[in-house]
Amino acid sequence: MTTTFFKQAVAGLRVLLVLTVLLGVLYPAGVWAVSRLPGLQANAEAVDTTLVGVDREGDQWFHTRPSAATLPASGGSNKGELNPDYDAVISSRRATIAQREGVSQDRVPQDAVTASGSGLDPHISPAYAELQVPRVARASGVGEERVRELVAAHTAGFPGEPRVNVTALNRAIGSGAE
Amino acid sequence: MSSTVAGLVQIGLLILALAVVYRPFGDYMGRVYTGTKHTRVERAIYRVARIDPESEQRWSTYALGVLGFSFVGVALLYVLQRVQSLLPFAYDRGAVPPGMAFNTAISFVTNTNWQSYVPETVMGHTVQMAGLTVQNFVSAAVGMAVAVALVRGFVRSKADRLGNFWVDLVRGTTRVLLPIAFVFAIVLVATGVVMSLKAGVSVDGQTVATAPVASQEAIKMLGTNGGGALNANSAHPFENPNAWSNLIEVFLILVIPVSLTRTFGTMVGNRRQGYVLLGVMGALWSAMLAVIWAAEASGLRPLEGKEIRFGIPGSALFANATTGTSTGAVNAMHDSFTGLGGGGALLNMLFGEMTPGGVGTGLYSILVMAVIAMFLAGLLVGRTPEYLGKKLGRKEVTAAAVSILAMPTVLLIGAGIAAVLPSTGAALNNPGSHGLSEILYAYASASNNNGSAFAGITVTNDWFQASLAVCMALGRFVPIVAVLALAGFLAEQKKVPVTAGTLPTTGPLFGSLLTGSIVLVAALTFVPALALGPIAEALQ
Repeated sequence: MTTTFFKQAVAGLRVLLVLTVLLGVLYPAGVWAVSRLPGLQANAEAVDTTLVGVDREGDQWFHTRPSAATLPASGGSNKGELNPDYDAVISSRRATIAQREGVSQDRVPQDAVTASGSGLDPHISPAYAELQVPRVARASGVGEERVRELVAAHTAGFPGEPRVNVTALNRAIGSGAE
Repeated sequence: MSSTVAGLVQIGLLILALAVVYRPFGDYMGRVYTGTKHTRVERAIYRVARIDPESEQRWSTYALGVLGFSFVGVALLYVLQRVQSLLPFAYDRGAVPPGMAFNTAISFVTNTNWQSYVPETVMGHTVQMAGLTVQNFVSAAVGMAVAVALVRGFVRSKADRLGNFWVDLVRGTTRVLLPIAFVFAIVLVATGVVMSLKAGVSVDGQTVATAPVASQEAIKMLGTNGGGALNANSAHPFENPNAWSNLIEVFLILVIPVSLTRTFGTMVGNRRQGYVLLGVMGALWSAMLAVIWAAEASGLRPLEGKEIRFGIPGSALFANATTGTSTGAVNAMHDSFTGLGGGGALLNMLFGEMTPGGVGTGLYSILVMAVIAMFLAGLLVGRTPEYLGKKLGRKEVTAAAVSILAMPTVLLIGAGIAAVLPSTGAALNNPGSHGLSEILYAYASASNNNGSAFAGITVTNDWFQASLAVCMALGRFVPIVAVLALAGFLAEQKKVPVTAGTLPTTGPLFGSLLTGSIVLVAALTFVPALALGPIAEALQ
């Protein structure tokens, strides 16, 4: 049986080396080559990407959700629902946001105080965007009505959940303020 | 549109897509494994590797082929990680430490894709492509080969050969996995998934890591592997940018395990035998989806660890698909799920991953459970049980029992030791019963070759690296050898004719019996452990 195992392992090594060329070199190279096509390349290289969100400091910007990631790596908090220490973190986030936006704490939505899975979620709920509109308008000098228009332009829905893309929205705010 | 309606529409679209491909794809896979012709690519591979594709193997040789191939797979993957700094596209990521490299090598060869490393800082692009991606293909093809060998055991009569492992491996890879993965890798790029050889991109002044994601993403899902090119896995916008990519990824997870029931029915010459397995898988999968979705929708902080673009339904759907198969990719952090929702994901694995299970592994696991179910039914009526025209005697039932019991044995021993080790306390991310759930989930994931985690747990100490590697290896190869032995014993037999005393295995009676067996075996084995972990948490 040992001899058979050895023979099979040697045959296995030959098969594996051939398949490594096919699957480990040619296949990714092929996918990479096709992804150079116009229309795909910008996606493949994440050119000016709005897929990820990182928080910008300053009152003139919409804020993303809290992040548990340590860039350049991604990740979530992995805190359980009944973790008492994390309850304190959530409460303090809620208090900070309520104060920043000048509203009562019960108006702060869930997504504003919870970290996403990736720590790079570019989206916030329409409720959290609406909460931030007056402050952003004030600090950026872009009129409140115009800010609301921009929020609406960066709001998407089906087939996903209703959501506002903060990364794209902040870029629009930035060019509107100039 | 409300979240609930959007979720139902997504599930509807998913089921529709699976229904459309079920027959043609299932039949296609049947032709792949029963055809006698070789393609030019395959002949070239056989020539270079000096394989005789016409010779067939006994079950023991077939099993040694699997073991030998997996052994060299571990060795090569280990070496690649250790010499990473010499390879291109490694950036500043040096040699992977020995314990982590060993754990990762076992993990990817066993189709688990448990990740004790942070890809963005540890794993360079060359190891991801030439090492991890290769095993994503071939470990999946091994699972399909073993499943097909078991089906041949039922089909063949008075035969001592089960087929040629190398032929099954190469065909599964080149005719099923590779073409589909290639097409869907491009489709995923079109939805926004990145495919970059650079280290990272600058976003609003900060660097976010990139990788050649799309090529790995497609086979990571299609082969029910689950190892993310980036740490947050399919929660990362570069791996899973929107609700469409999310649906495509869930479809890829399910398409082979689901369609293999058609392949099975076609190969045994009675498609209703396959439909009843699909019905059992579908019933348990739907029930668990309802549980996880409802639990998450009523959570205290339902969006913790979830992405807004998927919301609760898109996250629950993904979680149920990834743990009902052997995938283990995540688009939300299961550690932050509710007691019941996270417990549901855990229970999916504890069912033995057959709802619908991994590629190939799901089919052979549910067939082994069918053997157990028929044995139990035989005990009830006092008659030698039969399944698909084969008698289930002492040898066959023993092999089936060994296959079923391997996973709970290594899981409970491993988790039990881990729970009492002093070093474990510092590894946990949450106190109380949820901390125990983190341990249980880790060993359930490793022993079932799933790969998802309650990821708050830090598994980089020597004990976790070594013990989880052992669980992954035994949880993979003990059942595989037992299944191939079972296939060998079945193939030797002559078919027995159907009589009035034969319990039909195509109707609801058998379906209920099989469903009951799956649930009962899991319940009898795991209720005490579950009571201290997720059940205790859900009741708080």
